[in-house]
Amino acid sequence: MSAGAKRMRRLEPAAIAGVMSREVANFRTYWKGTTFSSVLEPIVYLLAFGLGLGATLVDEVEGVPYIQFVGTGMVATAVIFSSALPAMFGTFVKHRFQNTYEAILAAPVDVEELVTAEMLWIALRSGIYGCVPLIVTFAFGLDPAWGMLLVPFFCFVTALGFAGFGVTMAATVDKIDQFNYVTALCITPLFLVAGTFFPISGLPKGVQLVAQINPLHQLVELVRGGAFGFEWVDTARFAFLVAIALLTWRIAIARMRARLID
Amino acid sequence: MAAIELSGVVKHFGPIAAVNGLDLEVPEGICLGLLGPNGAGKSTTMRLLTGQAIADAGELRVLGHGLPSDSKAARLEMGVVPQLDNLDVDVTVEDNLAVYARLYRVEDVGAAVDRCLDLARLRDRRRDAVDELSGGMRRRLLLARGLVHEPRLVLLDEPTVGLDPQIRTEIWTLIGELKSRGTTILISTHYIEEAERLADEVAVMTHGKVISRGRPADLIAEHAGRQTAEVYAPPQRLAELRASVEAEGLKVRPAGPAIAIVGSERAAAGVVPEDAVVRAATLEDVFVLLTGEEAE
Repeated sequence: MSAGAKRMRRLEPAAIAGVMSREVANFRTYWKGTTFSSVLEPIVYLLAFGLGLGATLVDEVEGVPYIQFVGTGMVATAVIFSSALPAMFGTFVKHRFQNTYEAILAAPVDVEELVTAEMLWIALRSGIYGCVPLIVTFAFGLDPAWGMLLVPFFCFVTALGFAGFGVTMAATVDKIDQFNYVTALCITPLFLVAGTFFPISGLPKGVQLVAQINPLHQLVELVRGGAFGFEWVDTARFAFLVAIALLTWRIAIARMRARLID
Repeated sequence: MAAIELSGVVKHFGPIAAVNGLDLEVPEGICLGLLGPNGAGKSTTMRLLTGQAIADAGELRVLGHGLPSDSKAARLEMGVVPQLDNLDVDVTVEDNLAVYARLYRVEDVGAAVDRCLDLARLRDRRRDAVDELSGGMRRRLLLARGLVHEPRLVLLDEPTVGLDPQIRTEIWTLIGELKSRGTTILISTHYIEEAERLADEVAVMTHGKVISRGRPADLIAEHAGRQTAEVYAPPQRLAELRASVEAEGLKVRPAGPAIAIVGSERAAAGVVPEDAVVRAATLEDVFVLLTGEEAE
């Protein structure tokens, strides 16, 4: 039954699929709660910001009804919270408390395959959950557009980058409460200067420059491109997200290798 | 070809040499017990064999594959049962097995899962989550998971540590079945009884290297002789007795509230007190003499 003296290569699909199948088996036990919060959260945000601010302070932003402006921006929020946080906490818990990686690495799986599988799984999930705010916004008057079909793909690539970031952080911190620093210093600022709730053009020039290297901002722009029409600059935005995903992937592998292999 | 060949292996963690010039050869088809106190280097040796630690020096070969370069191919043919329970507790019994069948590239996952369920005697619990199982069931499942791909070599890292006697006996029965099928087994333990019951050969390890190796009976004969006399007395009397017995050239070891005079059959008349309890020498006597540690 064993595969015998098979020649082993790097990044074997069977190893990656095996690790992902573990994630799927676990996901089947908690998908209801995750899906419930993923659907409810954007509805709450849309009601609070879209209807609240939209009804009282802001009618339109950049020619778009405010609730649709927020709804399309919320995609990025859903992506970062369904990728960076599970990558950070999930990886840390599996390594430190559950000893899951010790068992997986005793099988014919190497760190590169393990990290790749974890990132792919998180990105796949995030690619789907990221679309929920967009779908919810249909109920608030957003018209479907062909460009929106690319949104899951944009979410997937962005989530890959944030999953790599989260895995890297999990392989770097010594204690789980140190994630508070990561959240306060990285996640929250990225979330706030993404252009989700207000256009970044209203921010000071320095902050606008920082926003340009914020993957979440690039995702927000791509999603709005999908909803309201793409521009050529969106190609560069997408290339930037791909580059971030590749960069964090390699860093995550290096950091996890240092953490898992003595 | 030996299943495991380690030669001059060294592994440091900072200034500490966890493995320090380890030479170890495990022929195919035997069960070798790696016996040593905590901190002897047993777990580090296991991690070196699974590629989760990289040796600073020395040569390692597992099933003909050089480590660490060809570690993945070695792991394909090797099963590992860890010291700590790392099952996915929310996932069903059969899914726990199926995941590892996929990780080990097993072609017929369903058949492998069924075989392991039978092995672990958990067929009727296959759809239960792991956290609904008793401690003994979880241990059996952990062992079966390491065998899901029918490996040629199995590494058991302290497989019964912390378990109650009944569960320990269950696990020993399963390991005995594995032995009877001719699977090569390397079992690390600090339980003397476990090594005596399961191992064809025992390698006593301390301070990162093997200091003695052989069949349990041979080790006992070589290091402890035939008989051990245990003397129970107040500490002052034990101290005096120990000094006088050692002056006669006999080996003495602490044995809880007593002292054990090892190889007491060689003692001159009158050296061993008449109230001593004489028993056959054991592997525990060997272990304590060689490592200086109390056995468990």
